[in-house]
Amino acid sequence: MATRQTAAAARMLVAPSVILLFLWMIVPLAMTIYFSMLNYNLLEPDTARFIGLQNYIDFVDDPDFIGALINTLIIVAAVLVISVVGGIFVALLMDQPIYGQSVVRVLVIAPFFVMPTVSALIWKNMLMNPVSGLFAWIATLFGLTPVDWFTNYPMLSVILIVAWQWLPFASLILLTALQSLDEEQKEAATLDGAKAVSYFFYIVVPHMARAITVVVLIETIFLLNVFAEIRVTTNGGPSTTNIPFHVFELAVNNNDVGGAAAGGIVAVVLANIVAVFLVRMIGKNLES
Amino acid sequence: MARKVSTSRRVAMSAVAWLVALLIFFPILWMFLTSFKTEADAYAVPPKFLFFHWTTENYVEVQSRVDYVLHAINSIVLAVGANIFGLILAIPAAWSMAFSPTKRTKDLLMWMLSTKMMPGAGVFMAIYFIYLRAHLLDSRWGIGFLLMMVNLPIIVWMLYTYFKEIPVDILEAARMDGASLRNEIIYVLTPMAVPGIASTMLLSVILSWNEAFWTLNLANVNAAPLTNMIASFSSPEGDFWALLSAASVLAIAPILIIGWFSQKQLVRGLTFGAVK
Amino acid sequence: MKVLYQSLLGACALTAFSLAAAQAETTLTIATVNNGDMIRMQKLTDDFTKANPDIKLNWVTLEENVLRQKVTTDIATKGGQYDILTIGTYEVPIWGKKGWLVPLDKLGADYDVDDLLPAIRSGLTVDGKLYAAPFYGESSFVMYRTDLMEKAGLKMPESPTWDFVRQAADKMNDKAEGVYGICLRGKAGWGENMAFLTAMSNSFGARWFDEKWEPQFNTPEWKATLDYYLAIMKADGPPGASSNGFNENLALFKSGKCGMWIDATVAASFVTGADSKVAKNVGFALAPNDGKGKNGNWLWAWSLAIPAGSAKVDAAEKFISWATSKHYTELVASKEGWANVPPGTRTSLYKNPDYLKAAPFAELTLQSINSADPTHPTVKPVPYVGVQFVAIPEFEGIGTAVGQDFSAALAGSMSEADALAKAQSSTESTMKKAGYIK
Repeated sequence: MATRQTAAAARMLVAPSVILLFLWMIVPLAMTIYFSMLNYNLLEPDTARFIGLQNYIDFVDDPDFIGALINTLIIVAAVLVISVVGGIFVALLMDQPIYGQSVVRVLVIAPFFVMPTVSALIWKNMLMNPVSGLFAWIATLFGLTPVDWFTNYPMLSVILIVAWQWLPFASLILLTALQSLDEEQKEAATLDGAKAVSYFFYIVVPHMARAITVVVLIETIFLLNVFAEIRVTTNGGPSTTNIPFHVFELAVNNNDVGGAAAGGIVAVVLANIVAVFLVRMIGKNLES
Repeated sequence: MARKVSTSRRVAMSAVAWLVALLIFFPILWMFLTSFKTEADAYAVPPKFLFFHWTTENYVEVQSRVDYVLHAINSIVLAVGANIFGLILAIPAAWSMAFSPTKRTKDLLMWMLSTKMMPGAGVFMAIYFIYLRAHLLDSRWGIGFLLMMVNLPIIVWMLYTYFKEIPVDILEAARMDGASLRNEIIYVLTPMAVPGIASTMLLSVILSWNEAFWTLNLANVNAAPLTNMIASFSSPEGDFWALLSAASVLAIAPILIIGWFSQKQLVRGLTFGAVK
Repeated sequence: MKVLYQSLLGACALTAFSLAAAQAETTLTIATVNNGDMIRMQKLTDDFTKANPDIKLNWVTLEENVLRQKVTTDIATKGGQYDILTIGTYEVPIWGKKGWLVPLDKLGADYDVDDLLPAIRSGLTVDGKLYAAPFYGESSFVMYRTDLMEKAGLKMPESPTWDFVRQAADKMNDKAEGVYGICLRGKAGWGENMAFLTAMSNSFGARWFDEKWEPQFNTPEWKATLDYYLAIMKADGPPGASSNGFNENLALFKSGKCGMWIDATVAASFVTGADSKVAKNVGFALAPNDGKGKNGNWLWAWSLAIPAGSAKVDAAEKFISWATSKHYTELVASKEGWANVPPGTRTSLYKNPDYLKAAPFAELTLQSINSADPTHPTVKPVPYVGVQFVAIPEFEGIGTAVGQDFSAALAGSMSEADALAKAQSSTESTMKKAGYIK
């Protein structure tokens, strides 16, 4: 399609961002790999020495590593499911001819604007607290025992908070996809008395496939790095620590720069494996 | 939107939709209400919904402790600035990837996304040392550059999927007419791309706005945005729910207002042109 | 493209300019924690800047954990971003020994160093040199509801035993009414649950390490500590205790949900404050003991220090001298009342009748601070300094890891035996790796 001249021009246009991104990636990456081979404690900078792959061995050998890996995947998978399924539901609802649609839309998108730290603090203290939280009060209204969220269901609690933050993102993307569905088709479907369920599965879902793919891809990148919510609520522990939090603990609590660097590299490798899987599974939907 | 439905159905649907929307919005509403309470009312059981002693003392306290305007300006300058520079870099790249793709374009796009997957704590020391040596700590340029780089992959991606939507025929027609590359961009591409660019920018402003790890660790005074302000109110020794709520309301107010006014663009941008 | 490169070049040039400007200024950048006393100081600095018009102050106010992380990174890499650091009794001995802090020997003639409380001063002194000036100090003690205690037909002794506390908690506990016998920290972290548990374990005769740095979690003393803690919290503690820290318990106590609360002495002014529902019914007692000669109270002082290599030592020391002086105490008293002066640093404050009248908890605070001994924290000898912590760089890591195990035991997701075993093995492996255990 492109002439030789435009192809050359095209390369020129891509070059600045690719070069910058490449530098942005390669310089810190090289430094991080270098750190990852050192026995480098932040508080003992003078005794840093080369120890080869020992940090990697320690990181992977750590009994908490597998748990953190599983927790990472649970958070990603659970939040994706909740936000996509919930997002479809919310989108279907908002696509109905309702009063005040634009206000409803703003209300739904608002959680996306709240910083993770803040939303975690609100949920933990003002909503989920088993004594003075709002949920506890609601439970007692119905004569139930308040749920002790972070004691009994720490992981579920973290997932709920994160899902609340990402549900708006999914809802909005899916809503827009829905809105482009042919109005006549929608009407015809209801007039024909076609069953809502089959209409949904044979027409709506395929139509939204690409939007869902975009949601899944973008959310996955951010969900692999969920961190602030865990820090604020449970501050780690076996039931909620994920890989990024584990790396953070190494860096901050243990002042172990080398170990954290090794953990960072391992995390990147794992994240890319997840990404490759995702692209294999759903990447087809991105082709136009 | 001109579907014909009975009024009763419309009312019922509206009720359900409003209920769901209010449920989703509720934590923010609760935070907003709490910001006008005294600390004692903030954790009162049973909770007080509207009938409490309304006070603005929390807002006064926030303002007396921090320079809200400075933080807000930093947030706006950093988020908007980073994205203007980001767009200057990303638009040409996404344009050529969309219209002159090579075999490696897909890989290039995936690679760009993969640069976002490093947990901040892992790569922190490397970036910190670079910034320390380059004297970029606590500088607006330094933090702005970082935010730009962090969001660049997402910007390129969004623009790419957006540009993909633009019908190639029109471009080819322009080329047949002998339009130069420059004219092609200015007169043909730009008008069609503006909505996509605007909404890309808006989404990436939100992402920059909420970026807390890097801003918190690399900025102190001069370049500290609202996320840093929040860190000076969260979890102190003592009372803080009402005060933190007030600080949080102030921190999200500007972005919420921007979002409110441009929600249509946002909706378009968020879909990455997944649909027309 | 041209535009792009020009703007990037411009960006670089501008950065260079703004840096030059920043370095030419003579401002002090002060990193501080967002606790109430520090916030108050920030608002009163006019008094200082009026007397020193050539010094400008820049504040970086952050919550404790973020502050510690930033300040530690800065000092360890000689970043030089801050001229004055707010650090605690944990950091000072470690950093002082490394030569990372400037000894404070020019605090001025009228500063009266000898007026500092001996326990606090010794915690901030390394090899005879004072490396940080205490801004406020705290210990921990029992806060209890006098009305509930009376209802239970008990009388709190000035120095209760753990047995008495258990008995009182059982009696005061009234879950149907939403009153829990006792509120204690449970949130994981070396400065959260482990601050309380380590101080408590001292009174049970436990210690973190023996003289050869062998971890001691396999000893009967630690088991007794955890036995007691888990049992009393299960019987009389509030739900969700495993994620409660200082703030959560403060909120609970103030709204009348706790019969007793053992925590920092600075909480006393909050629970007797105007917006506390129980302000009129709060009594105080020394932290409990187990008859082994030690009470379970800790010692902490938020202090101001100057990083070594700073070019602004003189100005910084001037400020520190002002902020921790008797004059500052009087300034706060005149503007905000005696109850709000920073406590726990100076002997003279506890001889001031105005203060003693305004702060009914002053006497016990002083006793608690004086009875804590950072060099002999527990019954048996230890190789480390610190009451509720071990002043070695590795402690943040191991303290938090052990805190997570104990928090999990409290939540019921791990058994007590497993938690102790895991604490022992993880601490041992860290200490081996760090070279303490040969």
